[in-house]
Amino acid sequence: MKRFSIGRLTLPAYSFLAMAFMLIPIVYTIVFSFNDSKQRTNTQWQGFTLDKWLGVCNKQEVCSALGNSIFIGVVSTLIATILGTALAIGLVRYKFKAKALVNLALFLPMATPEVVLGAGLAGLFFNAGVGAGMPTVIIAHVVFCLSFVVVTVKARVQTLDPVLEEAGRDLYANPSQVFWKITFPLLLPGIISAALLSFSLSFDDFIITYFNSGSVETFPKYVYVAAARGVPAEANVIASAVFLAAILIVLATQINGAFKRKRLAKK
Amino acid sequence: MAIDFKPSGADLELKNVRKDFPGFTALQDMDLHIPAGEFFALLGPSGCGKTTTLRIVAGLEEPTAGQVLIGGKDVTASKPHERPVNTVFQSYALFPHMTILENVAFGLRQRKIEDPLKKAMDALNLVELGYAAERRPQQLSGGQQQRVALARALVNRPALLLLDEPLGALDLKLRRQMQIELKAIQMEVGLTFLHVTHDQEEAMDMADTVAVMNKGHIEQMGAPEALYERPKTAFVSKFLGQSNLFVGKVADSSASSLSIEVGGHKITVPKDRAEKQTGKICIGVRPEKTTFHRTNPKLGSDHVVVGPGEIIDIRFTGVSNQYLIDIPNVGEVTVFAQNVGISPVIELGEQVWVSWKVEHSFGLSDLPAGNEDE
Repeated sequence: MKRFSIGRLTLPAYSFLAMAFMLIPIVYTIVFSFNDSKQRTNTQWQGFTLDKWLGVCNKQEVCSALGNSIFIGVVSTLIATILGTALAIGLVRYKFKAKALVNLALFLPMATPEVVLGAGLAGLFFNAGVGAGMPTVIIAHVVFCLSFVVVTVKARVQTLDPVLEEAGRDLYANPSQVFWKITFPLLLPGIISAALLSFSLSFDDFIITYFNSGSVETFPKYVYVAAARGVPAEANVIASAVFLAAILIVLATQINGAFKRKRLAKK
Repeated sequence: MAIDFKPSGADLELKNVRKDFPGFTALQDMDLHIPAGEFFALLGPSGCGKTTTLRIVAGLEEPTAGQVLIGGKDVTASKPHERPVNTVFQSYALFPHMTILENVAFGLRQRKIEDPLKKAMDALNLVELGYAAERRPQQLSGGQQQRVALARALVNRPALLLLDEPLGALDLKLRRQMQIELKAIQMEVGLTFLHVTHDQEEAMDMADTVAVMNKGHIEQMGAPEALYERPKTAFVSKFLGQSNLFVGKVADSSASSLSIEVGGHKITVPKDRAEKQTGKICIGVRPEKTTFHRTNPKLGSDHVVVGPGEIIDIRFTGVSNQYLIDIPNVGEVTVFAQNVGISPVIELGEQVWVSWKVEHSFGLSDLPAGNEDE
């Protein structure tokens, strides 16, 4: 007979609670994206509808805020990924005097509280006479995304055997051909994950954006302001869609990876 | 890109090449000439500068001073991709994101050679890996990867092929097999091979000429047999095979030979086999050239006899037995006896004499470490 033991139940119970705690807000958001709310608020269940999903851009502010967020995310990710990859390669492969200093400086944006970084950047832009707007948000996002890109890509560069690049040079490839035919393809997985991370950080950011965006409305800003009056269901739709898209991307990579392993194992 | 590709190998010349790294000198004014079409081995312990030499020839390392000439053309300032040289790296360095065929075709594509895939396939067939063309490097075994690396270098028909301990990671049986294949391929394609290794058997087995390196310079260079029969320094005599070395002052000298006195024994070397003929010198003999006797053999002046001494160790290695004999005032002497079933049955602790023919002695130009001063 199995003996009853509290110890045996502790872990499953704890896990269940933790999962519930994490998932309830997400489930709530998704469920209420189907709420047939007639007023501005979306706090009471008033019946199921697909209208909000089908006509998400009827509420124009929601969609334009989303458009801004995507635009800022894409542009700052692009800049941060290119700069960060170059920095990561330089930091791993070359010896130079201020290397330790650069490494430290790269960690600062990660360690600094967002409020401080946001306020500092805002003060800097103000003193420089640059009005807050789209360019300032993008600059601010590049600043904090850059550190994450460097850290992610650096890990990949460290595992890349320099002898592969030497082999490329030995096989008549000039330095730029070596980069594009050998270094870049081998770093690509790291660069892609750095870009995804960078985009999600940028898309998600509220505090630094709030300080530096002026009148530019981003999705997190819109939701924050709207929350005071009750978030419209359209915001739930977008939040749910982003969540589902992220899950889909993860699933796709996992399935693709499993496929590849299977194919390799077969041969 | 104007690389001069020759159908056959080119010669390589190093003139006063020196390489300083922070804190130490890897190469000291090295002069080297390798004739076209030769299989040349650089042999030495790790850290002796052999790999640095290879990297300087490939252009992956810049010499601090000196010149590198390939086929008479000064390439010292050329970048690696501008040199008619290819390397088989120790770790093979196959590109993991390309198929085997694409790996082999890489150099051909870079040089815009026509029909790269067909030529790459031919090269793969040469190393008997045509069936693996569409696989990825990580799906191949070490020996197969080694052959792909060789095909990837050979397909370019470089004037000079550099091999950086390419067999080091293979097990003994596969290594011997690859040595034979590599030598056959070299004879077939007629390229100049520069092979770097720390395996003395490998170097002697494959190379036309072996250069033994130590501490950033070449100690001795020559055909494997000459190097083995007449080592000129204590380092070479110990690194290439084993040697019994005896140090003493020259005590007696005739027209054709000279002798030193060690612990009451006369050890003689022919004058034409002695690098140094006066003062304190070192005379050596290979253990397989020596035999031992249970009684004093009373041989003539064409033999050296030392003993008696006590057998302190016997090792069975298969093809031969190795005996270690401690002779008072002389030191330990190693004797190899072929395991042909007729060698005398000898037990530990027995008293024996050791003898060898004077013509097998060799006189070194230096003294073994620890004997320099007096």
